[in-house]
Amino acid sequence: MKLTLKIWRQKNASAKGEMVTYPIDGIDGDMSFLEMMDVLNDELINKGEEPVVFDHDCREGICGSCSMFINGEAHGPDRLVTTCQLHMRKFKDGETITIEPFRAAGFPVVKDLMVDRSSFDRIQHAGGFISINTSGNTVDANATPIEKENADDAFAAATCIGCGACVASCKNSSAMLFVGAKVSQFALLPQGEVEATNRVLNMVKQMDEEGFGNCTNTGACEVECPKGISLENIARMNREYLAASLKG
Amino acid sequence: MALDSKIPQGPLADKWTNHKNEINLVNPANKRLIDVIVVGTGLAGGSAAATLAELGYNVKAFCFQDSPRRAHSIAAQGGINAAKNYQGDGDSTYRLFYDTVKGGDYRSREANVYRLAEVSANIIDQCVAQGVPFARDYGGLLDNRSFGGVLVSRTFYAKGQTGQQLLLGAYSAMNRQIGRGKIKMYNRHEMLDVVKVNGKARGIITRNLVTGEIERHSAHAVVLGTGGYGNVFYLSTNAMGSNVTAAWKAHKRGAYFANPCYTQIHPTCIPVSGDHQSKLTLMSESLRNDGRIWVPAKKEDAIAIREGRKKPTELTEEERDYYLERRYPAFGNLVPRDVASRAAKERCDAGFGVNKTGEAVYLDFASAIERYGKEEAYVKGLNADDKALVTELGAAVVKNKYGNLFQMYEKIVDQNPYKTPMMIYPAVHYTMGGLWVDYNLQTNVEGLYAIGEANFSDHGANRLGASALMQGLADGYFVLPYTIGDYLSHDIRTGPIPTDSPEFEEAEQNVRKQVDALINNNGTKAVDYFHKKLGKIMWNKCGMSRNATDLRSAIDEISALRDEFYKEVRVPGTQNEFNEELAKALRVADFLELGELFAKDALTRNESAGGHFREESVEEGGAQAGEAKRDDENFTFVSAWEYTGVPKDAILHKEQLEFENIELKQRSYK
Ligand SMILES: Cc1cc2nc3c(=O)[nH]c(=O)nc-3n(C[C@H](O)[C@H](O)[C@H](O)COP(=O)(O)OP(=O)(O)OC[C@H]3O[C@@H](n4cnc5c(N)ncnc54)[C@H](O)[C@@H]3O)c2cc1C
Ligand code: SF4
Ligand code: FES
Repeated sequence: MKLTLKIWRQKNASAKGEMVTYPIDGIDGDMSFLEMMDVLNDELINKGEEPVVFDHDCREGICGSCSMFINGEAHGPDRLVTTCQLHMRKFKDGETITIEPFRAAGFPVVKDLMVDRSSFDRIQHAGGFISINTSGNTVDANATPIEKENADDAFAAATCIGCGACVASCKNSSAMLFVGAKVSQFALLPQGEVEATNRVLNMVKQMDEEGFGNCTNTGACEVECPKGISLENIARMNREYLAASLKG
Repeated sequence: MALDSKIPQGPLADKWTNHKNEINLVNPANKRLIDVIVVGTGLAGGSAAATLAELGYNVKAFCFQDSPRRAHSIAAQGGINAAKNYQGDGDSTYRLFYDTVKGGDYRSREANVYRLAEVSANIIDQCVAQGVPFARDYGGLLDNRSFGGVLVSRTFYAKGQTGQQLLLGAYSAMNRQIGRGKIKMYNRHEMLDVVKVNGKARGIITRNLVTGEIERHSAHAVVLGTGGYGNVFYLSTNAMGSNVTAAWKAHKRGAYFANPCYTQIHPTCIPVSGDHQSKLTLMSESLRNDGRIWVPAKKEDAIAIREGRKKPTELTEEERDYYLERRYPAFGNLVPRDVASRAAKERCDAGFGVNKTGEAVYLDFASAIERYGKEEAYVKGLNADDKALVTELGAAVVKNKYGNLFQMYEKIVDQNPYKTPMMIYPAVHYTMGGLWVDYNLQTNVEGLYAIGEANFSDHGANRLGASALMQGLADGYFVLPYTIGDYLSHDIRTGPIPTDSPEFEEAEQNVRKQVDALINNNGTKAVDYFHKKLGKIMWNKCGMSRNATDLRSAIDEISALRDEFYKEVRVPGTQNEFNEELAKALRVADFLELGELFAKDALTRNESAGGHFREESVEEGGAQAGEAKRDDENFTFVSAWEYTGVPKDAILHKEQLEFENIELKQRSYK
């Protein structure tokens, strides 16, 4: 395949960025999108130019690192995948592909396509945990049976990879799907109940402080989420938040 | 230096308890005066950082990703073992211990493995208390499955994302401590050297990957939880950033590197499709619970399939060779990884491979789908003879168990594994070698600890599945936090370690020199060129099977490649910015040294053991004919290598392994 890539290049957080066009040839459908980027970078290095920076690590859709905005969609045209799981067979010979970083106030650009998502970590520091000692004096794991349905729902919420696609695809740059997923996981488990009130209040407060926008129920996040995290989690968080606010 | 493994006296089952009772403790008020550096925030480092902080130490934690949550442990799929005997199928601490020692081909340390089995049950309790959503059955209790090499169901799991859930558990425990100010987290920081003061590890040198700044960090002790080095093969199941740098730099500062040649080859990975490939994707071993492995029984069918003239689904049962079930009736598809890997390679080498390159076998779910479908139909009172219905019901059960793995496969291969069998082939996965540590997880450098995949300790020549996660968390939550106290109890009056000493200066200059040299090298070839070349040498000559001639030539080729690297590598950009090529170059430089030691270690070990199959050491006759042959008389030891300048000149120290509780037997899964 022969393609034309339009890629956002930006030297660092404070520099001005621009779209740069790169032609590329010899791309095969079995390559992942990131492997296509590797081919480009290899060519750039061989020409003595600087390669395009993008985040990546596991290359199997689980670490949540890779974060490109491709043709106007987080992680590109395929559903339920991250960029590293997107394959070139989804594109046509001769196509022009536009590649940009995730753009949101809460995710400042580090370089080229790489953004700083540490705001997600800070939201977790505010309450994304169960306050339990880690030195092993806990009760037997089967002492508290958990209804399979709740356990499955908690698991489904917990599979969020923290990629930020939900933020990037939201017109308000809201982080509600991400935060909702974490709040839900703990709200659904008996272990997390004790701290539920403080957790949701603190996490939502931190989320607001990080500069993420509000949710207006457009649902773009759910569509673009590579892990299929459902909007129900936002609803659950809102219920939790309301209940917590009433409790004060 | 003599190796002292510091294994406590007394009966096996009491060693850990007695040891804990005897070691020195640090008074809670004094813990505040002590700093600990933890490099790596995977399962091992993350759990250690959280627990040390909770105990009251000041922890500085480092990782090269942008968040601890993205450490490579996140990718582990299948599950974590624990001797809970919830299924009532006869599991016990002793059985887990026994299976692990046997699975490790009797090349691991008895006392360590026993302790691992002992604390395993605690890990599950701990994680559940943290909110890790393990799979449950309809009664609300935890569910289990089986992994290769064992006959009980002791593996706890969260679909195919167990590593993710466990890591998020450790990450959340870290978050709590970061929020409390007890852990200071340094993301996107790469450790590039260890600093020793008066023979003790007292700090590290790091490079801030975003700004390029070289920094000094001091502490009373340094813990490395920096993962494995499978990426020395270039293509492996490891995350792209996984590397050996931290361990290798520690090795260069005096820490012994143990069993570098012990690599685990995983039997169920997606086969290589082309030259562009950047990594290999694992399909969890848990799939072998339900998937049956086969190749065509006749060569002409294999050829027809390779050429696209026939489909696997067209072959009848009789036209298929379920070679694992045929050769190993007791374990069938659940033989250990080394056995399954070798058997797949043997069939493919003999011409029965099923993909274009002839390097793939089938993993087939058709019979599982039918079996589960029938069961569901009965349970629901539906017609169990309705084929379409049974297939639909069965597929739903399979999806519930392995859905994300099937999705992953489909995305990569573009084939639907519910309808046509998966193609799989062995790939480099886990490395069992690592820094040598004693029972306390301390390296032979005082104050320098290694945990998780970065150490060599518990797994021997071939570990069984679902035990790496167990080891990482056991080390981090339950072992290191105790044992390190013994060492730190001598440091309550030391006060903060200054970073302006000559030792820090020397280490920093050492790092600067290396960075400068790489950036200013006027070569013509990209870093990956060297990494790929190294990978080819490693896979062809130090891979699934090895022989002395190849290993000797590997040592020479790697050493020549290293020379070429320093002459010819080109690193674009500058050092004071985010520069991934520079980071890669620093890592590949270390791989180019480790690779040589790896080959040398393999050459010295003239026996087959686990994943390490030595062509010169094969069972000739008898029931085990054609299988790998261990040599207990000459090789019941850990090789611990001392750095002397060039890896091929490293000095071998042997830690003799004593087996007091388990009789050494030829491993047989027949
Ligand atoms: C695809 C896959 C599936 C697996 N499935 C299973 C399974 O089902 N069951 C099982 O038991 N095991 C499994 N394993 C193995 C298991 O996941 C690993 O052995 C284990 O997670 C390693 O944990 P760790 O904490 O030692 O290291 P890692 O998780 O690799 O963490 C290493 C950490 O060190 C940091 N680091 C490394 N070098 C530096 C440096 N120089 N400076 C700063 N930071 C550094 C990294 O940033 C990271 O935080 C699997 C592995 C893979 C790849
Ligand atoms: S909710 Fe989905 S899109 Fe958002 S961070 Fe999590 S996985 Fe990514
Ligand atoms: S690289 Fe890990 S999710 Fe894409």
